[in-house]
Amino acid sequence: MPKDQLKGIQDEYDVVVIGSGLAGLTCANILGRMGRRVLILEHHYQLGGMATWFKRKRGHIFDISLHGFPHGMVKSCKRYWNDDIASRIEPIRGIRFDNPQFSFETTYDRKDFTRILMERFQQPKERVEDFFDKARSFNFYDDDGTTTGQFLERCFPGRNDVHHLLMEPIAYANGSTLADPALTFGIVFSNFMSKGVYIFKGGTDLMIGLMKKELIENGVDIRIYSDVQQVQLAGGKVAGVVCNGRPIKCKSVVSNANLKVTIQHLIGEEHFAPEFVESARRVRLSSSSCQVYMGLKAGESFEYLGDLFFTSTLDHFDSVALCAKDVTSRTFSCYYPDTRPGSGRYSIVSSTNANWEDWATLSEDAYEAEKAKLIEETILALERYLPDIRGKLDWIEAATPGTFSRYTKTMQGATFGTKFEGLGVSKGIPEQVPGMWHAGSVGIIMSGWLGTINYGVIVSNEVDSYLSRNKAV
Amino acid sequence: MTREEIRKAIIDILADIAPDEDTSGLKDDVGLRDQLGLDSMDFLDIVMELRKRYNVEVPSPDYPQLATMTSCLNYLSPKMA
Ligand SMILES: Cc1cc2nc3c(=O)[nH]c(=O)nc-3n(C[C@H](O)[C@H](O)[C@H](O)COP(=O)(O)OP(=O)(O)OC[C@H]3O[C@@H](n4cnc5c(N)ncnc54)[C@H](O)[C@@H]3O)c2cc1C
Repeated sequence: MPKDQLKGIQDEYDVVVIGSGLAGLTCANILGRMGRRVLILEHHYQLGGMATWFKRKRGHIFDISLHGFPHGMVKSCKRYWNDDIASRIEPIRGIRFDNPQFSFETTYDRKDFTRILMERFQQPKERVEDFFDKARSFNFYDDDGTTTGQFLERCFPGRNDVHHLLMEPIAYANGSTLADPALTFGIVFSNFMSKGVYIFKGGTDLMIGLMKKELIENGVDIRIYSDVQQVQLAGGKVAGVVCNGRPIKCKSVVSNANLKVTIQHLIGEEHFAPEFVESARRVRLSSSSCQVYMGLKAGESFEYLGDLFFTSTLDHFDSVALCAKDVTSRTFSCYYPDTRPGSGRYSIVSSTNANWEDWATLSEDAYEAEKAKLIEETILALERYLPDIRGKLDWIEAATPGTFSRYTKTMQGATFGTKFEGLGVSKGIPEQVPGMWHAGSVGIIMSGWLGTINYGVIVSNEVDSYLSRNKAV
Repeated sequence: MTREEIRKAIIDILADIAPDEDTSGLKDDVGLRDQLGLDSMDFLDIVMELRKRYNVEVPSPDYPQLATMTSCLNYLSPKMA
């Protein structure tokens, strides 16, 4: 008989959290800390969702989404997790750019970018200051229809090289394009510029392990290999979930699954007003990604290349080209032994943004061939900077949109959830179905490690308020 | 609770949320955001702490009422009377 993954759970919970991505984990932790009875159900065997890692023989460990996040993570981890987790967050040393338009290294903060924009791109100080101030003044609730492309053009007319510098890292940080609302650019760019880019020392596995420990200390029940098929309603309100075919009673549900999956499959469109169903259907998903993971042999190393290295072979910036299967732009995340102190290992993860459709339609043979091509072209691209790298590699493999979709059940492998309109739909769910919330990457600004953690906090506040108001239930 | 007690309760919450800031010289009519460098997540924490410690509910449309100490006191006094 298969093992009963749900053995030992309670008869009823205040909150069931579907999925253990960073939004789900954070929401669960806060509610657990407040004394609520919380159960996390995760279909995969590992917690963390896209904040994940994998191990390979001969001691290789690869991080999927540990490339960088803004300094705000320190405060959020301190407050909503613990001091130990917060204390392991450290600034990266440097970010490099190399493309036909420019090539240099930066600490990626306002001070250094001001200098670079003035010295290298000959922009007057007032224009640069004005740009930074405008970028910082955007609010998520007033979208006036300006796109990022229009905003950048207004600030730096005719300077595609400047737009390239400002947009490329953000396109990698949240999958946004020049056609997305300027406010999403302004908010995310300003978050990074306040103090630069940070990562978690010790690796994603350590962070998720520490989070799991904290959750257990706060009384949260966690079950893996536990796939939720359905949210059950009674009298229009949340009454439970069905997991691995078994009903579990609860007063509220927080879905950390993809927004559209939550509405269309877990709850069912018939439980929403027709206009809401329409707006949910219109929500666009973010683009997906491809990655190539390269582990060096024990004892081998490479010279400092920066921690994040944005490369492109195009002589202009173009959001469409950034996702094309004919890859012109790659970001190399370089991991030196100090990422995982004591490991002594070097590795490189190459990331490119990608379109689901380009990969989903391939036959099995064509898929394998494309994957092999992706790997080979990545090594060739890296050899331009590290000519002897091929001989030092001990492990190399690739992930495509299908890989991300399989492991985290994200729709179409979306790396960063949905486009901006997804935020309003996500926030609107509890008005449609009392007791139901969605927390997870949406709206560009609520994606990434920091965005999803903070969204988990926002939702935990609403769930706690609902449970207080419905004590008698 | 008296107005003075509510003031003390808010200061206690602020001291936990912004441990590195000096809350002793807070001006009642200047925005808390500017005086203590608070951001929107900090205001959310104030709301969560008010519920946890005093069982007071501040719905999101009312968040602007928490802008200054005076507006906090005006808004919370009837709720925490
Ligand atoms: C390649 C890549 C690189 C990235 N790089 C960075 C980076 O450098 N910095 C950064 O800040 N962010 C980065 N991100 C984005 C960041 O990782 C995500 O935005 C964030 O981790 C998403 O968290 P989430 O809470 O939305 O949940 P997700 O990570 O989407 O997790 C959802 C969880 O729910 C589970 N689930 C779904 N449906 C069910 C069900 N029915 N039953 C049970 N469980 C279910 C899934 O298995 C999954 O564990 C990257 C993402 C990718 C893919």
